[in-house]
Amino acid sequence: MSTPTQTTAPKPFVPESRGEERDSSTWTEGTGAGTKISIRDMNFFYGRAQALHHISLEIPERMVMAFIGPSGCGKSTFLRTLNRMNDTIPATRVEGSVEIDGQDIYAPGTDVVELRRKVGMVFQKSNPFPKSIFDNVAYGLRINRMASSKIDLSERVEKALTDAALWPEVKDRLKSSALSLSGGQQQRLCIARALAVRPEVVLMDEPASALDPIATQKIEELIVELKKEYTIAIVTHNMQQAARVSDQTAFFWLGKLIEVNDTERMFTNPDEKLTEDYITGRFG
Amino acid sequence: MEQHRRLDRDLDHLRDRLLLLGGETETALERATFALAERDSETAQAVLAGDDDIDQLEVEIDRLCVDIIALRQPAARDLRFVISVAKIAPILERIADHACNIARAVVDLNDEPQLNVYVDLPRMAEHAALMLHAALDAFTSNDAAAAREVIMRDDEIDETYNRIFNKLIDMMVADSATTRRAARLLFVAKHIERIADYVTDICELTVYMTQAQFIKHSN
Repeated sequence: MSTPTQTTAPKPFVPESRGEERDSSTWTEGTGAGTKISIRDMNFFYGRAQALHHISLEIPERMVMAFIGPSGCGKSTFLRTLNRMNDTIPATRVEGSVEIDGQDIYAPGTDVVELRRKVGMVFQKSNPFPKSIFDNVAYGLRINRMASSKIDLSERVEKALTDAALWPEVKDRLKSSALSLSGGQQQRLCIARALAVRPEVVLMDEPASALDPIATQKIEELIVELKKEYTIAIVTHNMQQAARVSDQTAFFWLGKLIEVNDTERMFTNPDEKLTEDYITGRFG
Repeated sequence: MEQHRRLDRDLDHLRDRLLLLGGETETALERATFALAERDSETAQAVLAGDDDIDQLEVEIDRLCVDIIALRQPAARDLRFVISVAKIAPILERIADHACNIARAVVDLNDEPQLNVYVDLPRMAEHAALMLHAALDAFTSNDAAAAREVIMRDDEIDETYNRIFNKLIDMMVADSATTRRAARLLFVAKHIERIADYVTDICELTVYMTQAQFIKHSN
């Protein structure tokens, strides 16, 4: 991975509007929240192929922002740039800036391990370690040396499982294998594992796409609950899910950010015709 | 894209049924207006006979809207269209009910000598029928500007209503023998005035459907 290039004059992407002009700088107005993540004129490349084009976006603190768009539009790639998960892929390159709390996460000398503690991630497929339920949640606490004692460790594990709405279901079997849990429980365990190290941002990449409707509902209720303490960015193919859980929605298409809007407006009266064509199913 | 085609097919069908309901309602109002102007009881009876079909159409449109929302989950302009249709259908049904009430009054009044407000009343009814026609045209062509123009025409109806109201009151004061007929005509005038109000509701929904703007209760 090459060192990211800082552009000197970022140009926020302002899509062509059908009606009244809405500058991207106004997209987070009215939320009452400060900006947690600020992306400026970001380009992303897999080798010579450019996957993201001039993305500029503000993600407000303690809110849920959903990323929607057709397969291959770059939304998951974009999500992974927010905690440098793409660093693990050879020959990738980032231009522009991604700032969290005003700090450029691609600046030389950035502690990527600390970044990923601060910006946790939950994946499409639950991926618990083949360990006990307790040890799964305690794992990050142990390697980060975040617990001062066994009691402290137990309390932090309980807090994370409680925050992930899983504690009542597992409190009597913490030593059981995580693999004995149902799919929905495993996904909430992974969320608990992410929460245990006290992140500030949680990235979710289609966290409920492999779950049944009841397990999906629990994850969605959890997301709404978690935003009281965390900033959440979620990639989803399920537009009803985006409508249900998010405060703001960003629509990606062919690696470009077409529109960011309050979710209510996005699903009733989007500014961009391309967005409307996508959410009404008239693409292609 | 199959899901998309099914949604489009359902929306087209819903639009067709609403236009049919609109056409039936227009016919009812035009017949009631004709019956009023010509003192034609037979035409008035035809208005009453057609009301059941209009009621059934409203119920059918209700069901179609619920099905589309539940099964197709429309968004954006599709959602606004379905919501607008769900609200316009009962408005049309109520307009048809008012047309029936006018028709009943015509049948009742035709047994008695004519009062001289008969010039203004049919003209007012005709104006309301033209407004309804223009409102349905604006809806069909997604024309918010045309819908707004129709709304402006409601003032003329209100002025005519006030003029007829005062004339009928004067008539009743001057000659108590006219009271029963004048009172009946007062209700007819009120029905026409309400029809025009309902037409403005349709136009407000057309503006919402096309521009996502709520103009109801705004100045």
